[in-house]
Amino acid sequence: MANRITLEVTRYNPAHDDKPHFETYEVPLRKEWVVLDALNYIKDHLDGSLSFRWSCRMGVCGSCGMMVNGVPKLTCATFLSDYAPGPLRVEPMKNFPVLRDLVVDTSDFLVKLGKSKPWIIRKVEKPLDEEYFQTPEQLESYKQFSMCINCLLCYAACPVYGLDPLFSGPAAIALAQRYNLDSRDEGASDRMDILSQHDGIWGCTFVGECTEVCPKHVDPAGAIQQYKLTATMEWVKSLILPRGAE
Amino acid sequence: MINPTEYLPKSYHTRVSTYWWLTRWPYLKFILREASSVFVAWIVIVTLLQIQALSRGPADYAEFQNWLRNPLVLLLNVVSFFFVVFHAVTWFNLAPKAMAIRLRGNRLPNLAISGPNYIAWVVISAAVAWILLRG
Amino acid sequence: MLDISSHDIVLVGGGGAGLRAAIAISETNPQLSVAVVSKVYPMRSHTVAAEGGAAGIHLADDTLDEHAYDTISGGDWLCDQDAVEAFVKEAPLELMRLEHWGCPWSREPDGHVAVRPFGGMKKTRTWFAADKTGFHILHTLFQTSLKYDAVTRYDEYFVTRLLVDDGRVQGVVALELTTGKIQAITAKAVILCTGGCGRVFRFTTNAAICTGDGMALAYRAGAPLKDMEFVQYHPTGLPFTGILITEAARAEGGYLLNKDGYRYLQDYKLGTPEPQPVLRTMELGPRDRLSQAFVHELEKGRTVEGPYGAVVNLDLRHLGAKTINTKLPFVRELCLKYEHIDPITQLIPVRPVVHYMMGGVHTDINGATPLPGLYAAGEVACVSINGANRLGSNSLPELLVFGARAGHAAATYAAEQKSTGRHLLAQAVDEEARLQDQFLQKSGGREPIADLREEMQKIMEQCAGIYRSGEALAGAAGKLHSLQERFQDIRLDDRGHLFNTELISALELSCMLDVAETMAESARQRTESRGAHQRTDYPERNDEKFLAHSVVYRDADGRPQVEYAPVTITRWPPAERVYGK
Repeated sequence: MANRITLEVTRYNPAHDDKPHFETYEVPLRKEWVVLDALNYIKDHLDGSLSFRWSCRMGVCGSCGMMVNGVPKLTCATFLSDYAPGPLRVEPMKNFPVLRDLVVDTSDFLVKLGKSKPWIIRKVEKPLDEEYFQTPEQLESYKQFSMCINCLLCYAACPVYGLDPLFSGPAAIALAQRYNLDSRDEGASDRMDILSQHDGIWGCTFVGECTEVCPKHVDPAGAIQQYKLTATMEWVKSLILPRGAE
Repeated sequence: MINPTEYLPKSYHTRVSTYWWLTRWPYLKFILREASSVFVAWIVIVTLLQIQALSRGPADYAEFQNWLRNPLVLLLNVVSFFFVVFHAVTWFNLAPKAMAIRLRGNRLPNLAISGPNYIAWVVISAAVAWILLRG
Repeated sequence: MLDISSHDIVLVGGGGAGLRAAIAISETNPQLSVAVVSKVYPMRSHTVAAEGGAAGIHLADDTLDEHAYDTISGGDWLCDQDAVEAFVKEAPLELMRLEHWGCPWSREPDGHVAVRPFGGMKKTRTWFAADKTGFHILHTLFQTSLKYDAVTRYDEYFVTRLLVDDGRVQGVVALELTTGKIQAITAKAVILCTGGCGRVFRFTTNAAICTGDGMALAYRAGAPLKDMEFVQYHPTGLPFTGILITEAARAEGGYLLNKDGYRYLQDYKLGTPEPQPVLRTMELGPRDRLSQAFVHELEKGRTVEGPYGAVVNLDLRHLGAKTINTKLPFVRELCLKYEHIDPITQLIPVRPVVHYMMGGVHTDINGATPLPGLYAAGEVACVSINGANRLGSNSLPELLVFGARAGHAAATYAAEQKSTGRHLLAQAVDEEARLQDQFLQKSGGREPIADLREEMQKIMEQCAGIYRSGEALAGAAGKLHSLQERFQDIRLDDRGHLFNTELISALELSCMLDVAETMAESARQRTESRGAHQRTDYPERNDEKFLAHSVVYRDADGRPQVEYAPVTITRWPPAERVYGK
């Protein structure tokens, strides 16, 4: 294996650039290095002005999502040697406005996350000395959807979100479904009203790429389709049984 | 909760290309999958025309069969056949994703849902073929 | 560009402690407006990486006194026992509160919350959510906090200084990362929840963001730091990356083996090896003793020589695939990804890594610092409940208990405050000018940030490691001081305003240098060995002179001055720390 590899990295500074462009850097190629190590090498030794987000470097904080050769990846979990001999191209996550270099504006997601009402909704809360019993089976039923680290790779992979920024998106809907399925929650109908809309679950055309790129195997596509099935059943029920006859 | 930043930075909005679906194979596969419904609709139309021709008697039916032998129509039907198969296969493979059926706490494997669909497809197709080709 | 806004309470940091405090304030007094100012989006806070679990008595045969005793003895008697008593009492309630907020605690077949054994604890009391407890706690808190309209978030704002007027803290000055704008946020109380400072060392489980910012902010504003010499080394981190392999792996029954396949901990007064894990014995001993054992094995030449230095092996093979996949799935994922090793069939190479800071901003039992208006909670604070060595799974409940306490205390204090200082805006303007002059407008500058940072990390690793000596520490203090001087000549490639992460790195480095100096000086002056602070020149514990907290202030020349304050002893007089029985 050669001991150097070339990276083409997006650079963009709104203060003096009209649009993003690429710059090339050559970094050492070490077998234990991930793409993030290469970016840190560039920042520490070649060009201190390269801006990107990172934190835990173990795939749990969700900060370091970027496009690597056109595919959304966590750069802390993507090995450089997989791209040897290179060059490899590192770009900011697709479908988000680019703020600077590899940093995108994710504030839209935070808004959509809030809209999903991602908290336990109950008419009456239990007192602190009482447990909400939850069997391991009940835990299993929503556990997968609770593993989302909000890395937003799914939004970068979703063509619907790219074409229609009003779409709620995979992670926000999967999180709503996580709470819907939690045995302690009673807010499924609240969320249904919000999400069973054109920009909610019905915007999804099941491309399925969100599930493919998800580093935590959350399967947001599955969550959305299951939600659609539930929404359809609810609609059929509402035709047969009028509201209030529940 | 609200984020009070009012000074909006000048961010760059990358325009999504009209040809976004050609940039990666999974996207192309998705578009082909969606497009396959057009070919499914075509086969339905052909079938309806066939039934109509049948109901109008042997002369009309012979004309219909001639039409089917037209090279362009034949090509279109062959292409449509592949798309219909593609449509069915992708549909059967996606169906289990939408249904999370649990038995004793473990989720049923995908094959448990798609499998019966495939089997039914093969069995029904075989039955129809046998009825049609018998005579 | 300067903007000014006003809230009742400002929280610096949006991790477990910060979010818990925000919720506590909103529930106590919904009229108070709360600002959560974090340099990253809250779900990126380092709480997310905690794995093993959170301790709180749960089973019928467990008592508060036993949890308290385990904590106090684990801390080598440097813990303030009144704080520990309050902590062990409130911990189970906080954990149950999280359960009510949706935290997916792992369960017994009958639906009860499950608990697992953990290091240094005599009874089984650690609640867990598979092996991603911190992740689930943080996301539960963050998502629950979205319910409260009175909480305003300032995401990706880096606090550069505290506003102090009339002898009390009245807000913060923060740099908005996206635009470079300076935001002055005035408040009646400020709570620091900025976490630890592991990045002061070369080799750590900590994320990039753990740079001791809150500790430096308090220190520079005149609040003292406490017990800064006590740095916890977690016994099992992956080589090269330093990624954490949770203690839960040992709680489930993992063995630590040297190069001869021998469970070496039995040589270090940690008991005799049994096939099943025995509480407070062997691999379930306290973290400081396990890390020290590694150093001894290394000196004896019995460690394994790996490509990144010496390691020992963590053996999980006998646990079986089912246990590993249900109880330790994240551990397996990390090993496969970063070491290309499957713990079901292979040994995991591990070594001690810096993990947690027992020391921090000095607070009382309610999170209040001696500086009026300034509170602190979580890893940034030192109450102290962890003393000289923290037990695993005490840190997550610490965030919750003291996050809530500080929140309540700050809410009460804020409700009583009327006037604001007259000099706050002037201070904010000064701060903007300082950032311009010192960093952005300054040309020249020959010291690259990365070089200074690496030198600091190397110094700390060599001189303030698991075993320390007076000579090395004196040398470290001198070298760190010269790094502070070289920092004045820092070189920045990026002088822009927009998302300037290089400026943030420089600011973080200045915080780390301040914190490192306090750590080295406190360690140099404590001439005894206790818990995680081990001196080769003073190998014994000295209760006569050092049953006391080291409290370090910044003097007029900017140098650390160490004093001593008594430890609060209520019902457990100092005794010998005994494990393995």
